[in-house]
Amino acid sequence: MKKATSNIKNPLPLSSRLIAWTNRGFVHFTLLILGLVWLTPSLGLLITSLRSRADIAQSGWWMSIFEWNFNIQNYVEVLNNSDLPPPGFKENFINSIIITVPSTIIPIFFAALTAYAIVFTKLRIRNFLYLLIIALMVVPLQVTWFPVLGMYKAFDITGSWFGIWIAHSAYGSCFAVFLLRNFFIGIPEEIIESAKLDCNNHFQIFTRIVLPLSLPAIASLAIFQFVWVWNDIMNAVVFLQNPEKYPLTVGVQRLLSHYQNEWHLLAAGAWLTMLVPLIIFFALQRYFIRGVTAGAVKG
Amino acid sequence: MRSKFNWEAWVFILPTCLLLLAFLVWPTMQTIYYSFFKGNFLDPTVEFFGLGHYDRLLTGDRQFLRINKWPPSGALINTIVWIIFLPTLTVIFGLVIAVLADGKKYETFIKSIIFVPMAISATAASVIFRFVYNNDPETGALNALLVFLLPEFEPVSWLGRKTMANFAVIFAAVWIWTGLAMTILSAAYKALPQEIIEAAIIDGATQWQRFWRLVLPMLSIPITFLVVVMIINALKMIDLVYVMTMGGPRGGTRVIGFSIYVEMFANGKIGYGSAIGAILLILVLPIILYQLRQTKKQL
Repeated sequence: MKKATSNIKNPLPLSSRLIAWTNRGFVHFTLLILGLVWLTPSLGLLITSLRSRADIAQSGWWMSIFEWNFNIQNYVEVLNNSDLPPPGFKENFINSIIITVPSTIIPIFFAALTAYAIVFTKLRIRNFLYLLIIALMVVPLQVTWFPVLGMYKAFDITGSWFGIWIAHSAYGSCFAVFLLRNFFIGIPEEIIESAKLDCNNHFQIFTRIVLPLSLPAIASLAIFQFVWVWNDIMNAVVFLQNPEKYPLTVGVQRLLSHYQNEWHLLAAGAWLTMLVPLIIFFALQRYFIRGVTAGAVKG
Repeated sequence: MRSKFNWEAWVFILPTCLLLLAFLVWPTMQTIYYSFFKGNFLDPTVEFFGLGHYDRLLTGDRQFLRINKWPPSGALINTIVWIIFLPTLTVIFGLVIAVLADGKKYETFIKSIIFVPMAISATAASVIFRFVYNNDPETGALNALLVFLLPEFEPVSWLGRKTMANFAVIFAAVWIWTGLAMTILSAAYKALPQEIIEAAIIDGATQWQRFWRLVLPMLSIPITFLVVVMIINALKMIDLVYVMTMGGPRGGTRVIGFSIYVEMFANGKIGYGSAIGAILLILVLPIILYQLRQTKKQL
């Protein structure tokens, strides 16, 4: 709207200038309120996580400005907590990493191969496959859980790391193919044609030409899939069924059902799960936003 | 040479195809099949039940659909409320912020604040909002604010009242997803052709007229996209409900996506849960067809 206000440069009667001024004040005010509404919930929990149990019981977090008594004791306590049946929060954290890393790499590798075949080969079913993937992206995962568990029982992989990796790989691959296919389509045909002179097969073209060219897209995708798996709770609950392998999200949910109103622990626990995604968000904001916007349809 | 290339393409798509078949296509069909049976975990097809589950869901299950008493309630009604409010509120908030913040000095700053909730897990968001909604005005920020503004105000247990809880969960979802709407609408807004808007200014159109008659119609494509995405999110909703309320109080926050999980995994009624899944599939079918039509246009 910068251009829209440019006509105010000409000297205008005082009344119009007053209206413009109030309008702008109103805009700033609206944005301030919305910003506060969006910031306050997580900020309140962050402040709470740094206050002692006694302080929390005595006054709301907004009063802590006057007391200024913060420490990280709650984080230490929640990490070393022994009230709950094992695993502790530390193990949850390690589990989250064990679950997330392979669940990010596997689907992206397979999806890149598939997207390559859809875009750069004359495969007869390539349009059908792409449309199938578009349709499957919308299918709610809840509908598939029980039959997949039946299959896991037959192969005896319920509660294994392999089981959760492959489930996340499958559920993530639709969106991964979708995103990479849309990126590959922008690679000029001539590059591939000339690559065919130097490379013996498609796999060489894929690894030497297409992959290096699509690093930005793969970065966005990897960040999106990583955060998605890291934040997932339902697939972990359904497919792991083993507290020792539960990730951080389930850890927080266990805290919640065990402690109800022990806000000093709940706040610290919740912030520990948010740590990794938030670091990724602020460090790689551009890639992250691109991935999330492209991934709007997934879930 | 040619045949070798094609052979390679099939290998490229094979892993993804297997994953899609095993985790999405086949399980979805099995769920539909199981919905015609009574069964349990060990044997989902104990006894053929025809359309019995569907009959019970639509006429005899107060947790799913209750229309003989005003106001109507149940998971289906709650989901419809989600479908109405989630797209509307995210698009309105997203549009307001995208348009008002455009060109301001603090544009990047406020956009980061609005977008950050997209990075955190539904689990963390649930803890955050259980804290905000806490009925003790010394803890819960919302009650504290209302008590501060209206001294007569009686603190409300937002997640404890059947009439209120569904909206309370929906607002948490709005908090999460407005960032997505804002980002997409802001990108579209910045890409609008400036000449047309300038021409309107020269013709003497006021800011309101420009917004309603020019900007809004030109943003109809991203808005439609967002509405579709948010409807999908509403239909698939499970994790916020799972962590924040477990469907309570008295079924007040049950949605279809959550009912499937409860009936199957908590109550062990595989056939019944599958029938809810099949109803959910019927609800997403129009969206799938719409997406396919949109994609076919671009092929």
